[in-house]
Amino acid sequence: MADRILSLANISKNFGALAASQNVSLDLRAGEIHALIGPNGAGKSTLIKQIAGALKPDAGDIHFLGQDVTDLSVVQRAKMGLGRTFQISALAMEDTVMQNVTLGALGARGKPFRFFSPVLKDVELHDIASAALERVGLQDHAQMRTSELSHGQRRQLEVAVALTMAPRAFIMDEPMAGLGAGGSKRLTSFLDGLRQEAPILLVEHDMDAVFALADRVTVLDYGCVIATGTVDDIRADPDVRRAYLGDDA
Amino acid sequence: MTKETLFNAAVVLGLIAFPLWAWSAEEPFLITLATRVVILALAGVGLNLALGLGGLVSFGHAAFLGIGGYAMGILASHAQSYNPLMDWPFVIQGTKSMPVIWLVAMTVSALAALIIGVLSLRTSGVYFIMITLAFGQMLFYFAISWPAYGGEDGLPIYVRNSFPGMNTLDPIQFYIVCAVVLAVVLVFVWRLSQSRFGLALNAARQTAERVETVGIGVFRLRLTAFVLSGMITGLAGALLADLNRFVSPSMFSWQFSGEIMIFVILGGVARLFGPVAGAVVFILLEHVLGGLSEFWHIYLGLLLLAVVLFARGGIIGILTGEAQKHG
Repeated sequence: MADRILSLANISKNFGALAASQNVSLDLRAGEIHALIGPNGAGKSTLIKQIAGALKPDAGDIHFLGQDVTDLSVVQRAKMGLGRTFQISALAMEDTVMQNVTLGALGARGKPFRFFSPVLKDVELHDIASAALERVGLQDHAQMRTSELSHGQRRQLEVAVALTMAPRAFIMDEPMAGLGAGGSKRLTSFLDGLRQEAPILLVEHDMDAVFALADRVTVLDYGCVIATGTVDDIRADPDVRRAYLGDDA
Repeated sequence: MTKETLFNAAVVLGLIAFPLWAWSAEEPFLITLATRVVILALAGVGLNLALGLGGLVSFGHAAFLGIGGYAMGILASHAQSYNPLMDWPFVIQGTKSMPVIWLVAMTVSALAALIIGVLSLRTSGVYFIMITLAFGQMLFYFAISWPAYGGEDGLPIYVRNSFPGMNTLDPIQFYIVCAVVLAVVLVFVWRLSQSRFGLALNAARQTAERVETVGIGVFRLRLTAFVLSGMITGLAGALLADLNRFVSPSMFSWQFSGEIMIFVILGGVARLFGPVAGAVVFILLEHVLGGLSEFWHIYLGLLLLAVVLFARGGIIGILTGEAQKHG
């Protein structure tokens, strides 16, 4: 299908006797937010790593923008336009906020092998970086050291770095983790608009956010997809209720 | 102006004023001492690029120092014996020209760093330290067992090599040559640390995963940094050999790798002038304490211990009151 940006077909990954992914198939279509949910240890993070290229699946293949990327590295997939955010913020803590977003812009624009001109005075990179900071509301903190940011601001910076890459698809690993109710709500409305730019594969524990945002939901349990469908389908699914949501959902 | 900039300016001033004073006071030994500081600082600046900015703890940088030294020794020894380096397929003569020697020293160091880097950068942490150490030791034993160029005894060069327009036998003129080289390299490293490459390398030290995720290959970044680092230390090796007019396998020794690392740590890791300050303090201690006791390294050890335990920003960190750049 033409509007399938990302698709996984029969992905399996074992760690010894542990089957972290078993025949997982899912896809991400243009303009949607596809939520990936499941209890702790269901294999969500392992799956994200395989999509990003940090782990190689034992079987199955991954297509991105119509190309088989199963054997491509993290760097190659990133260059194709896969924008990932981390569950535990992976930021350069000693650097300023601006340096962190500039790094994203630099990766997206290529040419990191320039040794003389000052990177922070590069107008093109600076514009991309400031625009991303402004979109997540961190523009006033640009010169701050990243280690001085609050947890919530670091989550925002994670998203900003991904934005600088202008990716063709976002892979977001629990962007709401540890955010307060207010922060969660703000990020939810931001992601809501973002899906028009590029579809989002969203791993999230915050069910309010998932039910508010997701066009489709895939539920993972013990490495298997136990259900895929719209929010209403998922809420009604008896397997999902038993495995994850509990009876009061 | 930050305190660190002021400190750096003071160091520069000292490195200009002290030798000038020694020159007017006709103390050639003190000029030679200052020359040693400048050359060792240069070796440290090379290591600091890999260790400070790149987070690559190389314990084998004496390899590049030795390669630079032997590049000078081999070229100059052929020039002084009028024996060509090779006759076939084309004749290569030795040379006494510093610029040519530097070029050769840097090229060979770069090649060595490329090979060592490709093999050792696949590891990290203590394995990286051990592999770089192993390469250094390999070259050390190779130099010892290579009779053509003096083997264990080393290789004396009777007359210092020449630099166009300068009389390098005059201590102050040779000092100026070395100091200008250090200045040029410092400007280069400073520009590099502010560049696109510097930003990416610095981020890769802190969070390699992130750098890959935005589409920049960390291995290539580190390899490039390692090669540049080896080239700078190799250049320092050529100058050090010229200062001593003598090359020996001890330039390859792991003790020398350790000393270069001490300059960096004493002065302040990842600080532009860290290795310069470190080399100044090292030579001062060697000169002052070395006069009191043969075992002056005990005091050096204590100082190093104090810096590592209580002042990881090094001397620059203590004097500017700024915390460490990173640990």
